[in-house]
Amino acid sequence: MALSDNTGERRIGAPFAAFALGSLRTLASVAVTMLGLLFVTFVIGRVMPIDPVLAIVGERASQSTYDAVYEQLGLDKPLIVQFLYYLGDVLRGDFGISTLNARPVAEDILRVFPATLELATLGVIMGVVLGVPLGVVAAVKRGSWVDQVARVVALVGYSMPIFWLGLIGLLIFYGILGWVGGPGRLDIFYVDIVPQVTGMILVDSALAGDWAVFRNAFSHLILPASLLGYYSLAYISRMTRSFMLEQLSAEYVTTARVKGMSEWDVVWRHAFRNIRVQLITVIALSYAGLLEGSVLTEIIFSWPGIGSYITTALLAADMNAVLGGTVVVGLVFILLNIFSDLLYKVFDPRAK
Amino acid sequence: MSDQTLRQWLLSDTPTSRRHARMAAFYKGWLSFRGNSMAMVGLGILVLLGLVALFAPLLAPYSPFDQDLANRLKPLGTEGHILGTDSLGRDTLSRLIYGSRITLYIVALVALIAPIAGLLIGTIAGYVGGWTDAVLMRITDIFLAFPRLVLALAFVAALGAGIENAVLAISLTAWPPYARIARAETLTIRSSDFISAIKLQGAGPLRIITKHIWPLCISSLIVRVTLDMAGIILAAAGLGFLGLGAQPPSPEWGAMISEGRRFILDHWWVATMPGLAIFTVSLAFNLLGDGLRDVLDPKDSGQ
Repeated sequence: MALSDNTGERRIGAPFAAFALGSLRTLASVAVTMLGLLFVTFVIGRVMPIDPVLAIVGERASQSTYDAVYEQLGLDKPLIVQFLYYLGDVLRGDFGISTLNARPVAEDILRVFPATLELATLGVIMGVVLGVPLGVVAAVKRGSWVDQVARVVALVGYSMPIFWLGLIGLLIFYGILGWVGGPGRLDIFYVDIVPQVTGMILVDSALAGDWAVFRNAFSHLILPASLLGYYSLAYISRMTRSFMLEQLSAEYVTTARVKGMSEWDVVWRHAFRNIRVQLITVIALSYAGLLEGSVLTEIIFSWPGIGSYITTALLAADMNAVLGGTVVVGLVFILLNIFSDLLYKVFDPRAK
Repeated sequence: MSDQTLRQWLLSDTPTSRRHARMAAFYKGWLSFRGNSMAMVGLGILVLLGLVALFAPLLAPYSPFDQDLANRLKPLGTEGHILGTDSLGRDTLSRLIYGSRITLYIVALVALIAPIAGLLIGTIAGYVGGWTDAVLMRITDIFLAFPRLVLALAFVAALGAGIENAVLAISLTAWPPYARIARAETLTIRSSDFISAIKLQGAGPLRIITKHIWPLCISSLIVRVTLDMAGIILAAAGLGFLGLGAQPPSPEWGAMISEGRRFILDHWWVATMPGLAIFTVSLAFNLLGDGLRDVLDPKDSGQ
């Protein structure tokens, strides 16, 4: 009895130790990657042709004011010390003060980020809901018209400039048909009615029970979200198709078919089950891609998210804001990557 | 040599020289590529684009910079301005034709810089191994972890707007996948027998990398480059659209969309035409890339 307990424990213990070690290794590599990310943004900030002191004191400041601010910013210290200062600031969540509006960059980012999150989340949901079934059917009925449609959808998605498609969408659905709300998150009439809880207007208005605001927000959100959804659909359906093809050619599928299992069960209960982990990885990556893809979309739709924030700051040469935004998007990107990596290791026994 | 015998010479099973074998392999690849009609369409569009760019001054009815305020925002099909005019009365067709030069220029430069940088880093990491490998690959991972467009934006912010800086920014974000591919190829090649044989003959690492490893990495890099071209075009157009790439009055397609954006509701064609041009060219690169992948790299053709 004792013996069998022992082996049972070992069976659970050994993979757990391996997992912990693997996690530790992942954590270390994450730390190095993040350090690298911060170093790159730091270097970008230092090679800027803009004088950060002049940006603060203005051109008519005296030499002594200039020198004081120069020292205050730590620019008289060696580069490596400056980097450590920067590192310390970022770790404390301090991205400096925006030269454009004199507010802390971190606060601004916190304010605009939910708008991007709302957009990207709805986009990825659309991509998954449509893309996964499309990919599965394209694989099962390979060479059929569904497969051809899926192929064209993906090809067009990979080739279309997103900002242009957004403009055309606005022209057709807002300008001509009037089916959706125009640029911005809400009509001016509905702004600031519901209390801000999450910063995502759909969620906030649902929490407040104000369905008029919800409908209006949705009519503004649907077009940019479909646009992003289309891009993730192109990627997700392509990947789903190739994962499914790999499974469907495996021997266990033939066995299941020979045993007389229904096609539905073969596809969804056998083959699809085995691609779920890979699929979640793909979805996480596509989510990360949407956060980035939202930069151009946000410009087109005057969406006050992080993409608009970075570009506005860029054109106004507000370097703290640009770097702060870049770091945040980079961090989210890395975290999503790691999340999908870990998921893979935990749930897919083949990856061990 | 007549056509028939040239064909037989190329398809011969027993090549008589190294050059013969190489040309025969190339010809067989071409034959299978030619059977892929979508890829041929892509190739056709790109050849056409090259010709348009080359003969732009002959083909364009007007100068891309000449303003004619009396004829601004003319619709499609206007006499003398088949694709209409923009807000300053410049002929859209002429601007598109000259814009093809800018697009090709950007694509060609990025397609040179990024894969060469990736090839260098990847082969060195793969061949030398050890600490060099660890450090180089960690740097590659850091760049890979960055969202590309945002990184390019930050680089352009630091370097200043302009075509050359846009090219540099896109290249800086595009090299890591090439480095990974080159490293993976190097790792498999480096332990093969023929490399040991060359080593015994006294070849140094430089000679092995440049003469024996690089040539074998080329084909997978070419496939990857072709598939990346569409992304490069879209990234360059995006930077142009944001006002960070080519500067006005340059007829860069992304910048043209940005100019037309203000009139999208009343004069839709101004922004639509350059968008169609971008779409056509990146679609052509995608089609060509798919076809090349089937010929050069049958193992991952996704079939």
